[in-house]
Amino acid sequence: MKGVQPRVKRTRRGDFQLKLPQVERDVLRSLPGQLRQLLGTDDPALERLFPPAYQDDPLAQADYEEMVRGDLVSKKLTSIDVMEQTIDTERLTEEQLVAWLGAINDLRLVLGTRLEVTEEMYEEEMPEDDPRAPTYAVYAYLGWLEEQVVDALSEGIHPAGQGD
Amino acid sequence: MPPAATIGPVSKVGVAPAPVEVDRPSEEEVNKPARVWVVIVWNDPINLMSYVTFVFQKLFGYSREKATKLMMDVHVKGRAVVSSGNREKAEWDVSRLHAHGLWATMQRD
Repeated sequence: MKGVQPRVKRTRRGDFQLKLPQVERDVLRSLPGQLRQLLGTDDPALERLFPPAYQDDPLAQADYEEMVRGDLVSKKLTSIDVMEQTIDTERLTEEQLVAWLGAINDLRLVLGTRLEVTEEMYEEEMPEDDPRAPTYAVYAYLGWLEEQVVDALSEGIHPAGQGD
Repeated sequence: MPPAATIGPVSKVGVAPAPVEVDRPSEEEVNKPARVWVVIVWNDPINLMSYVTFVFQKLFGYSREKATKLMMDVHVKGRAVVSSGNREKAEWDVSRLHAHGLWATMQRD
């Protein structure tokens, strides 16, 4: 966004400045806790957080789920904890920012699922009186913030040629 | 910015978006020798393109160019094979992709 101060910036020391206006921190503040609560339910929006590994093999899928589900949940809870504990922090370590990224992305998956977003939706304007508008505003904001988190973290990845 | 941010249900309650454009792997992919399982990432309308590229780089050590190409395959063709190997390795890769919120599945090559 032109003319808007970047929210996340890598410092020379290798950690990250989080320049979030108070109003944005206040929007973010309750979200990790809401996600933690949601994880303890069987809300259908959670399905997107735990996709199947095997599409055509229910037995293998049941084994896979038993093997990984607990670990996936505990990773998500750890990210949620970190984001919650550092919500007012101005400097984050890389590890903490990665946790923010995980929690923000999970929140977008939940909200995007609830909103039934499509790729075309990004092109459209949502009318203010649409009942989905408040949720969509949070979803869009999280996407905008996540883009900056990814950009800042990506500067640290330079495995040129590796893996090709 | 709305005053009360909530991730609770919205009036038009949704279900998980299904992967789109369900192409089968091409002949070329199918004929790759000595590979037992392939890990496939499917397109979804939520994950950011930059995020998907970042995850491919981080998890598999791919170059920015290779990660971007795979991401574009996911985005344009609807899916891409991102890794392959024995069943254990494929499960490990799928679980790491799931931990990062990507829509990944595995199947016999």
